[in-house]
Amino acid sequence: MGAAGGTGHASGGGAVHRLYRAGGSAVHALPPQCKIAAVFGFVLAVVATPREAVWAFGLYALLLAAVAAAARIPALFLLRRLLIEIPFVAFALLMPFVAEGERVRVLGLSLSESGLWGAWNILAKGTLGVAASVLLAASTELRALLLGLQRLRMPSLLVQIASFMIRYGDVIGDEMRRMRIARESRGFTARGVRHWGVLAKSAGALFIRSYERGERVHLAMLSRGYTGTMPVIDDVTATRAQWAYAAALPLTALAVCLTGWTL
Amino acid sequence: MHVPDGFIDAPVSVATGAIAAAAVAVSLRGARREFAGSGDAAGFGGERTAPLAGLVAAFIFAVQMLNFPVAAGTSGHLLGGALAAILVGPYTGVLAVSVVLLMQGVLFADGGLTALGVNITDMALVTTLVAYGLFRALLAVLPSGRRGVGIASFVAALVSVPASAIAFTAIYAIGGTTDVATGKVFTAMVGVHLLIGIGEAVITALTVGAVLAVRPDLVYGARGQVKRLELRTVEVATPGGPGAAKPAARDLPGDAPEAEAPPVAEGDRVPVGAGAPRAKGNRKVWLAGLAAALVCAGGLSYYASADPDGLEKVAHDKGIDQKTEEHAAKDSPLADYGVKDITNARLSGGLAGVIGVGATLAVGSGVFVLVRRRKTAAGPAAVPARETEAV
Repeated sequence: MGAAGGTGHASGGGAVHRLYRAGGSAVHALPPQCKIAAVFGFVLAVVATPREAVWAFGLYALLLAAVAAAARIPALFLLRRLLIEIPFVAFALLMPFVAEGERVRVLGLSLSESGLWGAWNILAKGTLGVAASVLLAASTELRALLLGLQRLRMPSLLVQIASFMIRYGDVIGDEMRRMRIARESRGFTARGVRHWGVLAKSAGALFIRSYERGERVHLAMLSRGYTGTMPVIDDVTATRAQWAYAAALPLTALAVCLTGWTL
Repeated sequence: MHVPDGFIDAPVSVATGAIAAAAVAVSLRGARREFAGSGDAAGFGGERTAPLAGLVAAFIFAVQMLNFPVAAGTSGHLLGGALAAILVGPYTGVLAVSVVLLMQGVLFADGGLTALGVNITDMALVTTLVAYGLFRALLAVLPSGRRGVGIASFVAALVSVPASAIAFTAIYAIGGTTDVATGKVFTAMVGVHLLIGIGEAVITALTVGAVLAVRPDLVYGARGQVKRLELRTVEVATPGGPGAAKPAARDLPGDAPEAEAPPVAEGDRVPVGAGAPRAKGNRKVWLAGLAAALVCAGGLSYYASADPDGLEKVAHDKGIDQKTEEHAAKDSPLADYGVKDITNARLSGGLAGVIGVGATLAVGSGVFVLVRRRKTAAGPAAVPARETEAV
């Protein structure tokens, strides 16, 4: 049934639903387990590529651009989501200054050659990794992602925990927001370390509320016949053709990676 | 800090992935035990695990977004590994943090997919285990009670963060892709994380304390250390006499184990309206307040600026005050906050302050005494139906 083809029963909500872009493309229609496996294989191939093969990373970027085009995900959306990487960009930029090895002079600065390579390595591989996960999250619904993980033999208990976390993440986040509004409407603004006591009390209250909600959810589920496993209602099976289509990405990446090693 | 793709080479990524998978598998089994054994739900067994661990994961996810301001503009947030371990136990803690990391990696691209093993190993596994091990070890040594738990959680969180940094450095030493000397990475990582650890320790200890004060039964790590809160009742002054308190005492929450024990021993009842200690407490506060007022009025106004205050100055500058009529009491001995015939301006001001406080006090107390006398006169029946304290 192809993950409902993104007909847009956008679940999740809050911070999460902004990650997903509904669409009817072939990439959206792929079963989630194929996509997860493909992205994982792709990233593994990228990480295993020698950093000196600069051209290989260009090819990887082209591959991802092709996927984005196939999924009709706008470049701006992708670029905006790439911003999450910024802390590592800063870290990578520091690298040429602190690394060991031969120094080269670039624009009057004495930089470590291997440090430059290291910075390039982190920047290139990190960016490709982030872009791949962003494409996965943008073309796959949240529920479908969890289903796909289950199909890939992730323990069902772990999948359940993850699905509860996603399902109630917004509820707990809202609870926290209401507590903040309550604090602020009583004239409280946290300005420094002196106010940590108040914030920590909020965190403690949030924990108690979360835990007690968990107990209520459990009882509600028990009363509906829950015995520890979730019934699989919409099982997503993948045909051989779908697997082959999804495998195009990691296999091409693997070919590039191997060429990178032999050249 | 979530490690991105490409930071650690492929073989080590795969190896740490195997470690993480094994740890999660063990934790899945252990978490069932932790939940099965917890409190009143001993009969339920493992199927409590999914909803509760899921909600704990949601809590960790949310609490990581709670900002703790440090100083001008900067703020930090909780990492939550130690907190999770102390509150829900090591296995559930590992599970919750791992699930959070997994979802952050898959959904938010925060931390690389191939680095998931590294991230789970150093942030979920090492942090949680070190924190919990240290916490339990300290509890065995420290005196039991809330203070002991507080100190133990402070130290556990303090050490757990640099421990995770050390674990990262070890992984980096084996499979790092950059050429920075391990010693440098060690110094930088541990240095920074020691600082982060202090914040983490303070917040964790405060948060555990806050939970302990309300629901000590929910703090997994401190089971048997802190007495469960008990519902204390007092005899209500009702026509029924002393027996009337009994039915009220039976209203304890049915699921709590204390319900089986005799509600509350007769001797434990809190003396409500306990005249003597409360009056004494009041008097202390009252005296301290009076002393503070006198010090402020007498001592501080001695040093206070003789310049007119803001409003007076503006009024003077703009010429507004020319029209204001002189205060009726301008010839009173305290006019303009100085005592007449005392030439030393400061001494005079201070003395005026002291006299002012005294006068205010006299008037205030007088009003209060009058009001109270009238109330008592209205009849003793109006005086307090005694309150019930649930501590």
